[in-house]
Amino acid sequence: MTSQTDSAHARTHDGAITGKGDRAVATISHGVLIIWSIIVVAPMLWVLLQSFKGKTEVLSSPFGLPEKWHFSNYYTVWVSEGMGRSFLNTIFVVGTALIAVMLLGAMCAYVLARFRFFGSRLIYYAMLAGLTFPIFLAVVPLFFVLQNMYLLNTLPGLALTYVAFALPFTVFFLYAFFQGLPTEISEAAQIDGAGKWRTFFQVMAPMAKPGIAAVTIMNFLGLWNQYLLPVALNTKQENYVLTQSIARYAVSAGYAVDFGSMFAAFVIVVVPVLVFYIFFQRQLQGSVSQGSSK
Amino acid sequence: MTDNIRTSAAEAPVVPRRRSRRDFSFDSISFFLVFLGVPLAVFLFLVIWPFIQAAYYSLTDWNGLTASMNFIGLDNFERLLNDDLFMKALGNSVLLLAVVPTLILIIALTFATLITVGGASKGQIRGLKGSSFYRVVSFFPYTIPGVAIGLLWQLVLLPNGGLVNSLLVELGFDGFAGFAWLGDKTTAMPVSIFVIMWGLIGFYMLLFIAAIKDVPAETYEAARLDGAGRFRTAISITIPLIRENVQTAWIYLGIFALDAFAYMSVLNSTGGPEYSTLVITQYLYRVAFNDFKFGYASAIGVFLAVITLLFAALVFSVNYLTGGGNRKAKR
Repeated sequence: MTSQTDSAHARTHDGAITGKGDRAVATISHGVLIIWSIIVVAPMLWVLLQSFKGKTEVLSSPFGLPEKWHFSNYYTVWVSEGMGRSFLNTIFVVGTALIAVMLLGAMCAYVLARFRFFGSRLIYYAMLAGLTFPIFLAVVPLFFVLQNMYLLNTLPGLALTYVAFALPFTVFFLYAFFQGLPTEISEAAQIDGAGKWRTFFQVMAPMAKPGIAAVTIMNFLGLWNQYLLPVALNTKQENYVLTQSIARYAVSAGYAVDFGSMFAAFVIVVVPVLVFYIFFQRQLQGSVSQGSSK
Repeated sequence: MTDNIRTSAAEAPVVPRRRSRRDFSFDSISFFLVFLGVPLAVFLFLVIWPFIQAAYYSLTDWNGLTASMNFIGLDNFERLLNDDLFMKALGNSVLLLAVVPTLILIIALTFATLITVGGASKGQIRGLKGSSFYRVVSFFPYTIPGVAIGLLWQLVLLPNGGLVNSLLVELGFDGFAGFAWLGDKTTAMPVSIFVIMWGLIGFYMLLFIAAIKDVPAETYEAARLDGAGRFRTAISITIPLIRENVQTAWIYLGIFALDAFAYMSVLNSTGGPEYSTLVITQYLYRVAFNDFKFGYASAIGVFLAVITLLFAALVFSVNYLTGGGNRKAKR
């Protein structure tokens, strides 16, 4: 999906980049979008710079490069304040949940989209309800459901909850995708003697790869950034995920002393995903655009 | 809809085999059990079941301290309506619901239009030069957890030594030295709304860019030949043609605005000056996990769900009444 906009000076023979009106509009548009870009980037860059400053320098000189580059803030946050551990927790929970939800979601969407049986509409609407109802409504009972399963305050319990709540979105998205796939191929597979299992794993799932990739990315972002579920269901400090660690800093911002580590904490949370995004932004653009044509 | 083709074995008897009407082979049965049974079990047990339980709890006086749970009918809801703090939170949430989606949709649509079809008014339909840069940058905030966005703006808005006040003082507005943006009753809510917008505009911009790219260029060319200006084109061509995407985005944003928990609880964990930024979800959390009034908290949850559904219904009817719905909604 490359737009033609990136080609420099695409002057057609009728002189496309002429006209005072056009130029004025272009200037204003660029102006607005540049201001917007600055509003987006400036705060992040500023925090990045601040994170390398010493304790006193943070407040006394808000501008300019650090006099001396301190990396101690990062050490403090990563090691002594347990951000490193949160990071590993998050990778474990999100990784497990992502694999499980993609597998279960794809299977469920496939069955709903390609087979007709009694109650399939009902299941579809139940999923829709799961997508629309606020998670907050379920939080209190969920707390006790997990407690009865001895999964409260455990990472597997949190991952399982993530799977359940990411399922409706996944099923919806892939439902449309599986519906759009041609039927001839699955028939051909059947004629060749492939069972239902094999048809799915060797024929249909590979065909749905673009859709599966797109939902995986969306789910990754959604689960990586999830906050409410861990806050309610994962209250042991050693099990904290990144969003919880970050929230600790934010809540204390009003009366904190150690601003340096707050800056560093922000950078640690943001940089991995941001770098990942910048590298894979082409694929991401594609995935979002597929998501829009639900 | 591809309902006309069924992959059930009954209809694919190309190779005639011993078959009953239905296929009870091990392959088939195990397939349905695993493919449908497992995901459904997880979903029903951890999503639907808690929803049903919450609906029941909301009719009881259960609090965490006693094991007893007495059925009290709609008393909780009656109490809610006389609960000043809840009404305050409800007002704030409704304010967010009205303002946030509208502003984000307008700005995201404007930016998306500029980027995709904002280029020259002659020749090929094209966007601005270098628009992919804006696209990439705008999406940055969406990759950051809401909680971290809250922290970022906490730091940027620090009364002393924060970026905003330092800049203002630098520019000669000395009155802003030490001004607490999030601690002042008049500015706390507008600033919170701004922070939410900062976080979400980029994502919806991308959605709309994708949707506009799906509109055939000929449509825009035809409008141009008929003498439609830029603004007219946006109103008469773009918006009607990506109507379904706008509707979906609006509903998502509404659900988000009614939640807003991560942002609001981080920006002002106690609900802000004079509770000016307390939202329903924050209040629910407090009632449930600080006061352990689980029955009462569930009633707030039910209330929230009802508002959410009403909002979705409103969006659907607005879309329908303004001439949508002629195509089947894509959901």
